[in-house]
Amino acid sequence: MLAARALALVAAVAVAGAGAAHAQSDPKVLRIVPHSNLSILDPIWTTQYMARNHGYMIYDTLFGTDEKNQVKPQMVETWTVSPDNRLWTFNLRPGLEFHDGAPVTGEDVIASLQRWGKRDAMGQKLMTFVDRMDSPTPKTFRIFLREPCGFVLEALGKPSSNVPFVMPKRVAETPADKQIEEYIGSGPYIFKRDEFKPGDKAVYVKNAKYVPRKEAPSGTAGGKYVYVDRVEWNLALRDAQAQVNALAKGEIDILEQPAFESYAALQTDPGVQIVNSNPLGFQYMGRFNHLQPPFNNVKVRQAALAAMIQEPFLRAQVGVKEFYRSCASMFTCGTPYGSAKGSDIQSKSNLKKAQELLKASGYDGTPVVILKPTDLAAIQKLPDVAAQLLRQAGFKVDLQAMDWNTVVSRRAKKDPPAQGGWNMFLTAWVAPDIWNPLTNPAIGALGEKSWFGWPSDETIEKLRDQFARETDDAKKKALAEAIQARAFEVATHAPLGEYANPLAARKNVSGFVIGPGNIYWNIKKN
Amino acid sequence: MTAFIVRRLTATLPVLLVVAVFVFLMLRLTPGDPAAILAGDAASAEQIERIRASLGLDRSILAQFGIWFGNLLAGDLGESFYFKMKVTELIGQRLEPTLALATLTIAIAVLVAVPLGVVAAWRFGGWFDRALMGFSVLGFSVPVFVLAYILIYVVSLKLGWLPVQGYHRLADGFWPFLAHLILPAITLSVIYIALIARVTRASVLEALGEDYIRTARAKGLSELRVVVRHALANAAVPIATVIGIGVALLIGGVVVTESVYAIPGLGRLTVDAVLARDFPTIQGVILFFSFAYVLINLIVDLSYVFFDPRIRY
Repeated sequence: MLAARALALVAAVAVAGAGAAHAQSDPKVLRIVPHSNLSILDPIWTTQYMARNHGYMIYDTLFGTDEKNQVKPQMVETWTVSPDNRLWTFNLRPGLEFHDGAPVTGEDVIASLQRWGKRDAMGQKLMTFVDRMDSPTPKTFRIFLREPCGFVLEALGKPSSNVPFVMPKRVAETPADKQIEEYIGSGPYIFKRDEFKPGDKAVYVKNAKYVPRKEAPSGTAGGKYVYVDRVEWNLALRDAQAQVNALAKGEIDILEQPAFESYAALQTDPGVQIVNSNPLGFQYMGRFNHLQPPFNNVKVRQAALAAMIQEPFLRAQVGVKEFYRSCASMFTCGTPYGSAKGSDIQSKSNLKKAQELLKASGYDGTPVVILKPTDLAAIQKLPDVAAQLLRQAGFKVDLQAMDWNTVVSRRAKKDPPAQGGWNMFLTAWVAPDIWNPLTNPAIGALGEKSWFGWPSDETIEKLRDQFARETDDAKKKALAEAIQARAFEVATHAPLGEYANPLAARKNVSGFVIGPGNIYWNIKKN
Repeated sequence: MTAFIVRRLTATLPVLLVVAVFVFLMLRLTPGDPAAILAGDAASAEQIERIRASLGLDRSILAQFGIWFGNLLAGDLGESFYFKMKVTELIGQRLEPTLALATLTIAIAVLVAVPLGVVAAWRFGGWFDRALMGFSVLGFSVPVFVLAYILIYVVSLKLGWLPVQGYHRLADGFWPFLAHLILPAITLSVIYIALIARVTRASVLEALGEDYIRTARAKGLSELRVVVRHALANAAVPIATVIGIGVALLIGGVVVTESVYAIPGLGRLTVDAVLARDFPTIQGVILFFSFAYVLINLIVDLSYVFFDPRIRY
């Protein structure tokens, strides 16, 4: 009996010790639960935000975008523009080195830009202006344009997917439709390929040779100072309640995107802080399929737009008043192109007006098929609200439940809804992806070459083309307003309000950088 | 015996073939496009089409099957669309956590359930028996995630004895490994304790009514020896069967537990692969599970020889 008790005691002490040891917080290791799983490691091949965030860990960028949305040099030290705005010459700052010890050269930059220019929408647009690029010296590269272009720096400092990350030439020469297989950058962290287990963890260690800029960190610009030796992304912890428990216990340091339902519990925990490092946040969006009835009729789309007032969506989906706001802009409120121009059809609407518009549209009762993802907590309530508002306006609605990846697959189909197509889906965008008429995928109106929904409108495309060529900021703003007004008029899509999804962190973690995404330099852990 | 094992293993081949064909066709015929998922939210139709071609999904189903089956015969389960790793490597990475969890769960279940069942049968109709039956109903009824959250709240958050989540490999140290598995294994074992305890009770109860038990008692053997050496030993075959079924069910049934406790095992891999329409991984994992089921059934059948010498193959 005595032996059994002793054994039990030893086991209990050992187990308790193991648990306590695990909960201990190593100040040099930052343990993060990112918002999703990391599977694709090529941030040029995919637009997935996890790949973008992985990219920011290991790659550097030519320019960055600071927290005031200003483009600032990052790898570039100085640059000049010829008087006719057609020759751009960039000088790289000294000390730039890839993780394998090779210096970063203009040839690496050119190869990286060429690959990015084949994948990214803004990059593709930039390449239509580019005549050629060259690197007269190892630390210089030049871009020769066919005609002046108004967004060179905005493109090179693009903060969200796809970000023009700089890779070694041999890696960047990978065909654009094939994923890279070597993960070497010149950024502040080094990726530990040998420790990467998809669905389990991704590990990054400090790049001791990285030379940060002298400026204070701001957005994706400024000095990328690293104060921890190692960053671990916990890719296995995806249950919302388990995430809260792990943060409360100190087993993780940062929870990137808590579920909205978790904030109440997190706010009462004395060891936890809520940090909104991305104040511009995200915008919800309802997308119409312009190819299929009834939304191939602009008047029916206008009626739907009038019915989809923002507050009900935000209240149902976010719920926490301090984290959401109505916004009449398609380009994110509080950014250079944010305005309410042309939004009256939605922002000053009501149910009666929507009913009248629908009646006048000649709507024949064709059911509206809305795709409802059941497994994506961040947007899963939006389709229910859309269905209810549209029904109240007089639409017939067929709300079809499925997992998000089926939505993603199905929205690519141009077929009629009865043959596997659709009429509407709802999604969310991080601000930098939509804050510019050239990056906002929902604004493009090139018909079947456009983003899912395939709107076609010559006026919008002409205005976007003028915007791309314009170099004067005031004129660019006026053009952006004109594009938005036209987009509301033809109802390309319905902006459904903006929200923040602040991170939660242990109180001993500080130094979060305000910016458009989740970036992990400058963070200190005490 | 050897001939029996060879015969049984050979018989698994047509089973695996049927599973392979069925899973392959089912995945191709259900909605969901891996290329659209991989491309990301802002991808154009053109980009998706290029990705589809790079994955070989633009070929006919027959051509895709031919390539996949040819590779399978060469022992190659293919490369994951989603993770860009060999499926065999992925399964290898995830096997240890699932095996460790399943082994500890079954160990706890057997060590707790068999004695409980034996005592309940021995004290048939008494308070212990009735309490065990009540516990069994509870064990079957409480959802795994509810039990998991209760255990985490009490044991991890309030008492601070064990970690909330995660998995430590055995190679990284025995105690961290065990500490991270105790709660998940207890959570998962409750339903198996209920199942095995009930079957043990019923089997032992039946054995206790046999003539050889009366003879053993008449010979003056101790009650412990009568119950364990004679009743339990003769009741072992149905108990072994239900444990075998439990192991088989467990391998596929760890999904919820792995999610709540953030254990990167095969259950979680299966869910991720299904959600991402990662065809090669789904096919590989299901084939692996099918083979594991066949193997477990074979082991259970062979164990009958040990428990009942009258059985011969």
